[in-house]
Amino acid sequence: MLPETLKSEIVELTSHYPHARAALVPALRAAQRDLGWLGKETQTEVASLLGITALEVHEVVSFYPMLYDKPVGRHVIHVCRTLSCDACGGKELWKHLESKLGVTRGGTTADGRFTLMSAECLASCGTAPVLLLDNERHENLSHAQVDKLLEAAR
Amino acid sequence: MSALTESRVISARFGKPQSWTLASYRADGGYETFLSVLKTKKPDEVIAEVKASGLKGRGGAGFSTGMKWSFVPKGTTKPVYLCVNGDESEPGTFKDRQIVEMDPHQLLEGVGITCFAIGAHTAYVYLRCEFAEGLRKVGAAIKEAYAAGLFGKNIGGSGFDLDVHLHMGAGAYICGEETSLLNSIEGVRPYPRNKPPFPAVEGLFGCPTIINNVETIANIPHIMKRGAAWHAGLGHKEDPGSRLWCVSGHVNKPGVYELETGYSLQALIDGLCGGMRRGKKLKCVIPGGSSSRVLTADEVRTVTMDVPCMKRVNSSLGSAGIIVLDESVDMVDAVLNLMKFYAHESCGQCTPCREGSPWLVKILSRIAHGQGRPQDLELILDIADNMEGRTVCALADGACWPLISILTKFRHEFQAKIDAAARSGAAGAPTGVRAPAGAH
Repeated sequence: MLPETLKSEIVELTSHYPHARAALVPALRAAQRDLGWLGKETQTEVASLLGITALEVHEVVSFYPMLYDKPVGRHVIHVCRTLSCDACGGKELWKHLESKLGVTRGGTTADGRFTLMSAECLASCGTAPVLLLDNERHENLSHAQVDKLLEAAR
Repeated sequence: MSALTESRVISARFGKPQSWTLASYRADGGYETFLSVLKTKKPDEVIAEVKASGLKGRGGAGFSTGMKWSFVPKGTTKPVYLCVNGDESEPGTFKDRQIVEMDPHQLLEGVGITCFAIGAHTAYVYLRCEFAEGLRKVGAAIKEAYAAGLFGKNIGGSGFDLDVHLHMGAGAYICGEETSLLNSIEGVRPYPRNKPPFPAVEGLFGCPTIINNVETIANIPHIMKRGAAWHAGLGHKEDPGSRLWCVSGHVNKPGVYELETGYSLQALIDGLCGGMRRGKKLKCVIPGGSSSRVLTADEVRTVTMDVPCMKRVNSSLGSAGIIVLDESVDMVDAVLNLMKFYAHESCGQCTPCREGSPWLVKILSRIAHGQGRPQDLELILDIADNMEGRTVCALADGACWPLISILTKFRHEFQAKIDAAARSGAAGAPTGVRAPAGAH
């Protein structure tokens, strides 16, 4: 069941549009923020709040990389892999994270703490290499700084 | 040429304490232009002013902003919408993020003026969800503007009503394509739409809609405050204005720099950007975001940063994302990196792009890994020829332009790897010869 606060947040979002369905992506992001990921049950509940079918919700969930239809770790890391980052330490940062966390692309650590993903350009090319930790941007990263960030994320 | 110094218009308030707050913005005269436009101008006069200013869209396509606005049908009985495109995802581009984080009210004042001009009473500011800070800043700024009576009903006693909403994306480059953005807002799978109908006639929810880039809209308060003639006099006369240039890659001081159009690209790299990192030589520049055609070091020395000059060298300024690469860069790796981007971001609607972009990745990967085949370069060009201009939107074109230009200008690097593969016997079976079913 969706928490009541989330339900009312979604209902409020629908008031921004002439058709409730337009609130779908923001509603799914809100649900994911609270629940971690978007399971079938969650998708069905969001669908009924917006007056559309679960399939229509799934069509959208399955399109966007930042909507998760599978469980993720408590913390999600997105490392930018696109050209400017790649050319300025991104490749090495990725290797460092893979070996430190012992996972490959899309993998979650055995303790369920971190999921490691790559991201396409995060619009911070001038401060490469860059990653998002739980959607917050961290720039100009040395490996030592990344290690610190990970330690702080319990 | 004397040393370049920045001429800050859009970025003038970046770095001021609390620059994102309403108090700070109003202390610098913020929203006075909006309120005065509401009282003293007719919508058509605003459109005429913006047209005369010569402002071109800053999102990549570079279409005249005032002209675009004028396409909204006169006397339409349907609601008109403004969508601000802040999906900024073009590799090499990071200017809109700075605007929404550091001066969101500048953008919102532009939203107000634009809505008045086009007759819109609802605006959606679309930001990619990865802009956590920008979403917080714009969200707070919208609340402040409502509380101050700058949005809502009967703004400043003018009788003009305006609602502004923040809308969040979920990580897809394609949503920066204007019709994909509309489908993204509508909550359907965000495939680009066929044009016509153009959004100005039939856009969001089937109603007339103008979609403008964040930086484009941020220009509007300045143009209405200082006049079309002021703007038309900035920089290159055929492509006037002041732009945020995003410089990334192998320079000493990457970042966003604001300059009028028409300056030398080499001077930007050597001056404001502090030259090449570690004293290395420049190899090439991708000048307008990853979808523009590459310029060799020799070409970079000759170009100025304006549309007419970029056209002459068969490239484009796009979103002003300038990616600088030094001599250490392997161009096969670089183009493979970019093609992985396009393959990942292809929405899958059109067959040439959906099938072609991952195929290109596969071929480039084997060349990069020393298994390239003698006919691979011709195959790449053939696939690109079947993608470019054969799809609903320009994503496939955006993949082909850097690809073909890099392959043409740095062909020797590709050929050397393929030749080495042939000598070592590592090249795979020739393409076109199918392995028997079940052989894999």
